[in-house]
Amino acid sequence: MTITSESAVKPVAVAGDSSNPATLLATNVSAWFNKRKVLERCSLSMDARRVTALIGPSGCGKSTFLRILNRMHEVIPGAQVAGSITLEGTDIYGGSLSATQVRTRIGMVFQKPNPFPAMSIGENVLAGLKLSRTGVSDRAALVEECLTRAGMWDEVKDRLNEGGMSLSGGQQQRLCIARALAVRPQVLLMDEPCSALDPISTRVVEETIAELAPQITIVIVTHNMQQALRVSHQCAFFLVEDQGAPGRIIEVGETKKMFEDPDDPRTLDYVTGRFG
Amino acid sequence: MSTGTPLDEDVAQTTPSPRRSFRRVTKRGGRPPRSSRIKAQQRRALALQIAGGIIVAVGAAMLASSALGVTGPIAITVVAYLGFVAAIALSEFVRSARTVDEIDLTDEGVPAVAKVDEPPVILRAVPDDAPDVPIRRRKVTGADVAEVVVAAVAAAAFAELLRIFLHMQSLVGFAIWWYVAFVAVYFLLARDRSDVETALDRLVTLLVVSTGLLVCAVLMWMIAFIVIKGARFFSWTFFTEDLSKTGPLTPGGGAKHAIIGTLEQVGIATIVVVPIGILTAVYLHEVRGRLATVVRFIVDAMSGLPSIVAGLLVFTVLVQQHGFSGLAGSVALVILMLPTMTRASEEILRTVPNSLREGALALGAPQWRLVQRVVLPTAIAGLMTAMLLAIARAIGETAPMLLTAFGADSTNVNPTRGPQSDLPLFVWKLIRQPNQTDIARAFTGALVLVLLVFILFVSARLVTRHATKKLGRAR
Repeated sequence: MTITSESAVKPVAVAGDSSNPATLLATNVSAWFNKRKVLERCSLSMDARRVTALIGPSGCGKSTFLRILNRMHEVIPGAQVAGSITLEGTDIYGGSLSATQVRTRIGMVFQKPNPFPAMSIGENVLAGLKLSRTGVSDRAALVEECLTRAGMWDEVKDRLNEGGMSLSGGQQQRLCIARALAVRPQVLLMDEPCSALDPISTRVVEETIAELAPQITIVIVTHNMQQALRVSHQCAFFLVEDQGAPGRIIEVGETKKMFEDPDDPRTLDYVTGRFG
Repeated sequence: MSTGTPLDEDVAQTTPSPRRSFRRVTKRGGRPPRSSRIKAQQRRALALQIAGGIIVAVGAAMLASSALGVTGPIAITVVAYLGFVAAIALSEFVRSARTVDEIDLTDEGVPAVAKVDEPPVILRAVPDDAPDVPIRRRKVTGADVAEVVVAAVAAAAFAELLRIFLHMQSLVGFAIWWYVAFVAVYFLLARDRSDVETALDRLVTLLVVSTGLLVCAVLMWMIAFIVIKGARFFSWTFFTEDLSKTGPLTPGGGAKHAIIGTLEQVGIATIVVVPIGILTAVYLHEVRGRLATVVRFIVDAMSGLPSIVAGLLVFTVLVQQHGFSGLAGSVALVILMLPTMTRASEEILRTVPNSLREGALALGAPQWRLVQRVVLPTAIAGLMTAMLLAIARAIGETAPMLLTAFGADSTNVNPTRGPQSDLPLFVWKLIRQPNQTDIARAFTGALVLVLLVFILFVSARLVTRHATKKLGRAR
């Protein structure tokens, strides 16, 4: 697969290739909240160095699926999961990896920016290392690298000691991306990262995604069809077929095909806005 | 516009109360309300008018008989009748001044025209060379001041009248009646100047402001009382001497031993309580273990524990074996402070947004790192407040200290051995002495106690402000 935005990738100060992207493979994933089944037998391959977009109407289990991918689903009381997720062949729900190990390898960016208010901008970037007790030789270089990769180094390089909450919403979200990148994840999950942002901040975040795509596996949930079209290489369409039924993956395919000539008529209805 | 359209029915049915809908409809100048409601309105107004007339008549009769010395049934009846007529005439006069909208309302079929007592809006273009200053809103006008003054004077007159009639002796009764009359007159005046909604708004504002002022006044009064009473012995020697060489009638003498005792006892208790309380709160809200409900129930039950019971427990368990000591007092304080600290901390942890916890978990944080690095630093300001609450609960405790620290007149720096005094014990002991010198010393002790709490409060606020500043614009 060719990547269009390769030229935009900025040189990285500290060994940037240490994070080797990995393929994430979900097989027959089902999920429950207590007795209620919300996902049924979803299988999806999220290939290395590619952006996978999860699309579909609200309440169809996209976010749940995303949270299952780095074991954040189990944080919610009453949440259960079936099926298997493998990261480069290792089952993340198997005994060989702990939940915290999985989450350092599979990072996540949330819908609402959530920088840590008790930390400065610089400390926020390094928060993942502190929280997972990972050492780093050159903190300043790592901060610069991550903020550069998140596309905001020039904006904040003079105010690294200010509080993270002093930034604008778009900057906060990119700070959260930088924070997620600092632990060198192989996969980055994004749960509607632009839904709380204005169009300009959205564009900057999308550019950031495009720059990161060659270095890392990205899975993004979005309600914005244009965004899915702009940033993703492949799409998975989720849908609840009947009221009260669990969500399923209706169709998976290359983004271009999904938007122009999908196999399932419901996919076409959804991506063209005729749905519902 | 015609009445009885479906829309009118809807409005009539959905509006909550007749009075309210009446006003609303009038203001919009739209549809007239239904005739039955207007009739009810009129009946009520008439009843009010007659009741008011009777009250005034009775009042006038009473005034005539007691103040002017009028006797005889005929004279009194005449006075009462005159009062009644005057009251009705006055109310009719007041009503006639504002009947414009009511006339329109009774006339069904014609849309009511709202009459609004607002100053005319003057539209004018602002010249370019006009000074660029913000428009001042809600300015207090002379009329507002006059309103308050008139209400105050009228209320004073009313209260004075009541005082004479009821032969009230106390000033408190006078003040209460003055306040009631003031609120009533103020409301009536405000209603006269603007519509009922505005007047109600101002009435509530008045009630809220005056309640706040009352609470402030009570506190200030208490502090002033303590300061005035305690000023006599408030000097440097009060902090450098104890009572070991001081007789009841000798000058000097101080509370050094009691201040040291309070600082040590409360200090030790705080050092023990803060970590235990925070860890318990973390267990209750972050770990949410199986026993969380049970623990929370026990902590809640403990918070209602009478302090003398805590004192008795420590007396039985510790003091009977090891004797009185400041440390035994600290143990009793720990029992009393723990529920406050725990529950306040838990409430603070609740205010930390869940998104921060998820963010930290998604970075691969184990739970204890998440609590240590994210939750507690975010909540630090609130935890300081929780600690202050716990200290405030403990610092004035007297009953358990009697059973544990016991109290002494000489300085005992060692909290682990021997009876030790503290400020509440100092006050308690001296206030019961049958001489003015010791009683004055007791008040100075109380003053020092209040000052101690004040210093604690201010320093905690400063630390909190510093911590919040670091958080920036955190929620």
